[in-house]
Amino acid sequence: MKSRIPVVLLACGSFNPITNMHLRLFEVARDHLHQTGRYQVIGGIISPVNDNYGKKDLVAARHRVAMARLALQTSDWIQVDPWESEQVQWMETVKVLRHHHSELLRSLPWKEGLDQGKADSPAPAAVPELKLLCGADVLKTFQTPNLWKDTHIQEIVEKFGLVCVDRAGHDPKGYILGSPILQRYQDNIHLAREPVQNEISATYIRRALGQGQSVKYLLPDAVIAYIKEHDLYASPGEE
Amino acid sequence: MCLLRSSISPSLCLVKRGVRVFRLDLQLQILSMENSEKTEVVLLACGSFNPITNMHLRLFELARDYMNGTGKYEVIKGIISPVGDAYKKKGLISAHHRVIMAELATRNSKWLEVDTWESLQQDWIETATVLRHHQEKLEASSCDQQQDSPVLERPGRKRKWAEQRQDCSQKKSLEQTKTKGVPKVKLLCGADLLESFGVPNLWKGEDITKIVGDYGLICITRAGNDAQKFIYESDVLWKHQNNIHLVNEWITNDISSTKIRRALRRGQSIRYLVPDLVQEYIEKHSLYSSESEERNVGVILAPLQRKTAEADT
Repeated sequence: MKSRIPVVLLACGSFNPITNMHLRLFEVARDHLHQTGRYQVIGGIISPVNDNYGKKDLVAARHRVAMARLALQTSDWIQVDPWESEQVQWMETVKVLRHHHSELLRSLPWKEGLDQGKADSPAPAAVPELKLLCGADVLKTFQTPNLWKDTHIQEIVEKFGLVCVDRAGHDPKGYILGSPILQRYQDNIHLAREPVQNEISATYIRRALGQGQSVKYLLPDAVIAYIKEHDLYASPGEE
Repeated sequence: MCLLRSSISPSLCLVKRGVRVFRLDLQLQILSMENSEKTEVVLLACGSFNPITNMHLRLFELARDYMNGTGKYEVIKGIISPVGDAYKKKGLISAHHRVIMAELATRNSKWLEVDTWESLQQDWIETATVLRHHQEKLEASSCDQQQDSPVLERPGRKRKWAEQRQDCSQKKSLEQTKTKGVPKVKLLCGADLLESFGVPNLWKGEDITKIVGDYGLICITRAGNDAQKFIYESDVLWKHQNNIHLVNEWITNDISSTKIRRALRRGQSIRYLVPDLVQEYIEKHSLYSSESEERNVGVILAPLQRKTAEADT
């Protein structure tokens, strides 16, 4: 029986703030990969972007990390990793992938078995793969001039792999067809369908909060409590 | 400066920047009105809640923000009233479970509650009747407050309430009512319910009239234009359009119970689409399956059955 390839999903982004939709990405992606019969998702990582990314309205990384941690309290397989946010400057996604991949390999028990040269050590066929998890909107940004380096895009889809969750108004298949690099490695790009259209954008959340409107049931209660406690997103257009 | 009054919509609070000046004016305007000039509103949502989802809960939040934001209303309570098993909808699981899931979902809400009266009835109950039940309940308890007598809470005590109302109206005619007036029950729904008014034999004409005439409708919709057009094309709805509030749902939050049940049958995750406690409950009791989805297949929906029965008499 062919054993499944273990996979860890890594999601990079602002998470400003984290919402139920972000959390859904992981669930949908995991279901999709399991459905293929080829993969076993063993973990998920949320990596909030560095403050130096310079995006408008980005609240301090310590808050975004704390909110993600609260949101993931009840998850038994996804966790937040502040490494990217703690670096001195913003770094390209491919570097974050490289870091987490080497961390993953370092934490593996089977490597010891190999080192001892035992004949019956666990087969290296089960090397975990780290895949970038994103929404279809991110896939589209590969087309934006100068936003991504071509070499990076190639490394992402060739060495790691992409799990891309459908989003309304996007055409991920079309984006792949429109890019030679993506087309070449399309076998390593998994398109997952989200049957429940769930357009909970963080932008909307911030606007609603700025206007004093309820965001309950769009993000975990613990995150809402944190936002209120720290007075985040209280005014619209906070620079 | 922050003016925090529990009766004022949070959207008018927290003056922090210049952009808030407009809201401050509005806030002062509303403050100058007597609190009693605002109509207290109770939102009632009827439905299968099979199961309850985050979308259902969002409807309440959106409706409350909207109604409070008009400055004319104060939403004091939200009631979820799951339909009885006698409704005979395909895939409808036992009311017992649906009620518990709704209670788990609203456990940490300060203003939402679940009411079991409708689900406990032997026969299916028309929505207009459920509205009337809750309005009468509010009137009885409001009267109780005036009389300083304990509030009646047992369901089904209709006769006693009718007697109470008689006493109450007599009292009111004798003395000036000093309180704000009885809170008004309004039906909360999505655009699908509004448009279901057009489905032949599903609703009694007189019930639609009662719902929009005597109570009022708050309809959360993404397609505001379609809903407006629907109202325009109906004489009854048009007549009572001031009692129909259309609230825009700007983010698509298409978490239908049907999709939840389908995902469950396929072993897919429903996390973050329903409250965690609901998801755990469903899993623990293996509530939804291909078998459960087959319930009531071939059975005529109660309201349609009733219409046919009445036509026969």
